[in-house]
Amino acid sequence: MATLVLAEHDNQTLRAATLNTVSAAARIGGDIHVLVAGSNAAAVAQAAARVAGVARVLVADAPHLDAQLAENVAALVKELAPNYSHVFAPATSAGKNVLPRVAALLDVAQISDIVAVDSADTFVRPIYAGNALATVKSVDPIKVVTVRTTAFEAAAAEGGSAAVEAVATGTDAGQSSLVGREITRSARPELGAAKIIVSGGRGLGSGENYRALLEPLADKLDAALGASRAAVDAGYVPNDYQVGQTGKIVAPQLYVAIGISGAIQHLAGMKDSRVIVAINKDPEAPIFQVADYGLVGDLFEVVPELAGALG
Amino acid sequence: MKILVPVKRVIDYNVKARVKADGSGVDLANVKMSMNPFDEIAVEEAVRLKEAGVATEVVAVSCGVAACQETLRTAMAIGADRGILVETDVELQPLAVAKLLKAVADREAPALVILGKQAIDDDANQTGQMLAALKGWPQATFASKVALADEGGQPRATVTREIDGGLETIAISLPAVVTTDLRLNEPRYATLPNIMKAKKKPLDTVKPAELGVDVAPRLATLKVAEPPARSAGVRVADVAQLVDKLKNEAKVL
Repeated sequence: MATLVLAEHDNQTLRAATLNTVSAAARIGGDIHVLVAGSNAAAVAQAAARVAGVARVLVADAPHLDAQLAENVAALVKELAPNYSHVFAPATSAGKNVLPRVAALLDVAQISDIVAVDSADTFVRPIYAGNALATVKSVDPIKVVTVRTTAFEAAAAEGGSAAVEAVATGTDAGQSSLVGREITRSARPELGAAKIIVSGGRGLGSGENYRALLEPLADKLDAALGASRAAVDAGYVPNDYQVGQTGKIVAPQLYVAIGISGAIQHLAGMKDSRVIVAINKDPEAPIFQVADYGLVGDLFEVVPELAGALG
Repeated sequence: MKILVPVKRVIDYNVKARVKADGSGVDLANVKMSMNPFDEIAVEEAVRLKEAGVATEVVAVSCGVAACQETLRTAMAIGADRGILVETDVELQPLAVAKLLKAVADREAPALVILGKQAIDDDANQTGQMLAALKGWPQATFASKVALADEGGQPRATVTREIDGGLETIAISLPAVVTTDLRLNEPRYATLPNIMKAKKKPLDTVKPAELGVDVAPRLATLKVAEPPARSAGVRVADVAQLVDKLKNEAKVL
């Protein structure tokens, strides 16, 4: 019994999500092999070989794997999968894109976004945007699983010394090609991976107020910026800021909800945060029911004061 | 060009799901059901492509219980031309749905399948990718922009995808599967005349057996539980006390 972990990377660096996925794979108990599918990705393979707990690193290095298009990567993983009892990937946009395709090619179910490993065939996963936790048992010969990275500690990035070996790369399916990427160049951490999130709602009144009040606070905390659906619908910020049932699901160490009333769909996206702070002028706002620390007050006074106090 | 739009009937996104006391699942009795919001975006996109003269027909398909007819009528009120219900009372998991959709796509031969990136009930985010795999078609998931073009008799789609930390644009050959993200469009509200008109549009019903698909579940749900409840927190008097609590009690600063 061995687990194949699909590495998350950009051909240069191994992304941290891989480390959380290795930890999840370690709960299965067998050997852990990491697959690096990419182009000129030797540095990634070396990094993967140093991750604690990894026994072997498989490298598929070819130009047609450069953009990690789903058609090519899934075909590659499908060829390797019969050697494994489990195939794991982080539930990132890359993992969620590729792994269901692998599962269908293998004619097995995928278990999405697991938050716990009960046994080698039984996993816990959130459903209904985290309002329920389902324990599911797979009857398939190969378990294809994506991992909610916030639910597992990161494996140590150093300390391992896995063997690195090249594997057959397959061929280009020729069905898709990368045109370009616009990666948001922000000094702020990404919403999905941030340790601290400062999030704003309709109470801020406008996009100008959102930026004027929340950006200085986020700068002080090295935080990502988020928003409620109400704030997005009102046009204060773009949709990709949205935290909630149909937006991003987050679980940072600290979530600061400012001027957010706490509608069901918003709470569903952030209630697994370790510590929640709510700042709202309405003492009856539902957000206070999930907040560890609630401050009833005028956010236009409180937020600048908070940013100042963190000097 | 024909577009196939799979739509799922799910709990309304404004309703809080409640776990049944016996832990067997989520209580859906007397709960408001609606079209999965991401599928609504898919229907809107397909209808816009028809209105732009790119698509010739939009066919909505839903897999599940008889009540899914309502969801198909909603799709037709937005502008889909007809509906197909693959009717079954069996609990359908994403792989089974993908196989049913493959069978429907084999019959209908669409150039494009557009569907939601995930359903807000099981949150699986699998069906589109699985359908693409079963058909051997390319996929463009989490789309925020879709442009279709015909390059010398070779129909192609250029799709901008929402990825972690930004956007990615890919070109895919058709036929293909596209899954929608939130920013692709803002679905219209169905008007009363269009809701009335939708009642007269054709709706066919087929059974999984007629499509030759085994829909038996591959995952057994052993139990469904409430997530651990958050204990009620405290109110702080002012910013100074808040900062003190965050530093010394919660230790997050």
